[in-house]
Amino acid sequence: MTGQSAAHLKRKPEALRATDKYVSWGRYPAVVHRHVYKPAWNDQIPSIIEESPTASLLPYGLGRSYGDSCLNADRSLIDCRRLNRFLGFDESTGILRCESGVTFADIIDLFLPRGWFLPVTPGTQFVTVGGAIANDVHGKNHHCAGTFGAHVQQLGLYRSNEGLLTCGPNQNAGLFHATIGGLGLTGVIAWADIQLRRVNGPWIDAELVPFHSLSAFLDLSNQSDGRFEYTVAWLDCFAGRNPRGIFFRGNHSAESGKIFRPKRGPELPFALPAWLLNRYTVKAFNTTYYRAHAARKGSSLVGYDAFFYPLDSVRQWNLLYGKQGFLQYQCVLPQASLAAFEELLDRIARSGLGSFLGVLKQFGDAPPVGMLSFPRPGLTLALDFAMRGQRTFELLRSLDEVVLESGGALYPAKDARMSPALFDSSFPRWQDFVPYIDPKMSSSFWRRVTEAK
Amino acid sequence: MTMHPQTTPHQPPLHKVIVLGATSGIALQVEHLLAARGCELLLVARSPERLAALQSDLLLRGAKQVLICPADLSQIAYHARVFDFARRSFPGYDTLLLAYGSMQDQKDSESSIDLLLDELNVNFVSACAILSLFAADFEQRQSGCIAAITSVAGDRGRRSNYVYGSAKGALSLFLQGLRSRLHPAGVKVITIKPGPVQTPMTDHLPNVARFAEPDLVARDIVHALERRSPDVLYTPKIWRYIMTAVEHIPETVFKRLSF
Repeated sequence: MTGQSAAHLKRKPEALRATDKYVSWGRYPAVVHRHVYKPAWNDQIPSIIEESPTASLLPYGLGRSYGDSCLNADRSLIDCRRLNRFLGFDESTGILRCESGVTFADIIDLFLPRGWFLPVTPGTQFVTVGGAIANDVHGKNHHCAGTFGAHVQQLGLYRSNEGLLTCGPNQNAGLFHATIGGLGLTGVIAWADIQLRRVNGPWIDAELVPFHSLSAFLDLSNQSDGRFEYTVAWLDCFAGRNPRGIFFRGNHSAESGKIFRPKRGPELPFALPAWLLNRYTVKAFNTTYYRAHAARKGSSLVGYDAFFYPLDSVRQWNLLYGKQGFLQYQCVLPQASLAAFEELLDRIARSGLGSFLGVLKQFGDAPPVGMLSFPRPGLTLALDFAMRGQRTFELLRSLDEVVLESGGALYPAKDARMSPALFDSSFPRWQDFVPYIDPKMSSSFWRRVTEAK
Repeated sequence: MTMHPQTTPHQPPLHKVIVLGATSGIALQVEHLLAARGCELLLVARSPERLAALQSDLLLRGAKQVLICPADLSQIAYHARVFDFARRSFPGYDTLLLAYGSMQDQKDSESSIDLLLDELNVNFVSACAILSLFAADFEQRQSGCIAAITSVAGDRGRRSNYVYGSAKGALSLFLQGLRSRLHPAGVKVITIKPGPVQTPMTDHLPNVARFAEPDLVARDIVHALERRSPDVLYTPKIWRYIMTAVEHIPETVFKRLSF
């Protein structure tokens, strides 16, 4: 309830139009959108779809995809964040029905106190349910629980020709498996039924184990997978083929009495100067990080937020990388190709463009739920690289060669630059996916990797 | 010192709240906070489907009870039905929040008298009508709180938005008088004047990204409802100072300003 007055009292530069806020997490590429729809109710979606031309729309959540899979340059977005209603919860089964803009943080805030937790969570709680489905996100429990999509019982999907369809493993199954991991291209998700899991409280029995080589990591991972629901490793990639790192593993704790206080950290107010992150500061950071964690090795009881979402405590941490943003590189290599993995680490170390966020995890062998799901058996590595133009692109292209040769894949949610050839070899079934794309939907990513106009 | 936890007369209640215009952008955020406090809610808005979705949402968010009453409040003929429903099905309510309003393009109301009258009716006439119905009830019960969302746009008439502004300004004046009338009965009347807020009502405006987040505005509103104070709430707070300055610009200068 406000007047326009207020808007005009302060003179505002032209550069601050509303659509400029719609960037991806890596802040690269910078694109302009023609229009951003912000429906507050599901019943507004059909008319938005109807009034839009072919291949012009893409649903947008919290913009935590790193590259261009959540962008739709020169076309339009549907910002789904206001579609954040909980529609029902069955206490006996733990199945939650909610709209697509509900965030993981919302779900935790409301359901953790009642003894329920997300079945699968990525490294940030600031994602929407719609985004988690569209990217079929995975977490530290992939070896036990598979991807998030494996816990979606059914969902409602607005389609431009068919209206609102219910999709599940037994109903519109093709569309269901296309929508999970479907990058928002199959329509607009109206609601989803998610199977939550029981927990005793907010605590994790966590353990830190330092390691000094890839084989040590693999041993740890193989030993831990049976005993720990959550496993992941941080990697210092400056060390080349014998990297040091910290292995994190944990289980939901039986502890339920201890008082829990969520941690709230600072927020980065603006993009830091790009030179602040160079090979020396990052090396120094990695050494400090390693030593600090190696000193704390062993078991401890930690809050779910510190265990799952360490980076969430610095809101807008992506601004660390400066105005040019950064590229994340997440690949998966088949288990058998350890030599390829070492080659990857070698190339990164030689480039000197290392990052302080190296994350390593061994995926389980759960069959993929989505036609374009990324996780598959093997080792996945995720690294951030500050955007330094040509040098960065050249390094990533040389990493692509290794991935392509070993039969690996890149993760669309993290990508802003993979070639159509690499996409094709990463997702050999993508041609089967095409018929499920809604004619009104498109994205910058999709046009790029399929070389569509 | 002995503690008497059972006697807390200075903690006014905020348990049973009626929201008129329950599906409006600011109201939604206020309702989240009220639900989290375990309040009982009666929601009035036009769309039964939206109210149903909201009902399940707020129950899951912690509301003790959520009643819905679909009605178009711009139609004064429906007011009696809403009032009866509230008294019959939601007895003992302690707070009424009026949160509905409309902001058409000013240019349209300049060229169409029908649109002009609609805008004045939704934002002012119908609001006065329904507030008067409830005011009598609160007055008789000698307790409770009436709050209504007006706007900083009502503090001064401007070229670009004076139709909406005058309706909201008139509503602010109405509330001022109502406050005085209900004061002897111990009923509080709060005038809520938000600055620009990011809601569906303002999506089409330029610079919307700089507007206040509705959850911050909602926090101020709930805080005021809880304390039954202040009489006039500017939110975000800075707008109290901005509008004081704006009101002091001489008319000869102000009329030349194009905003």
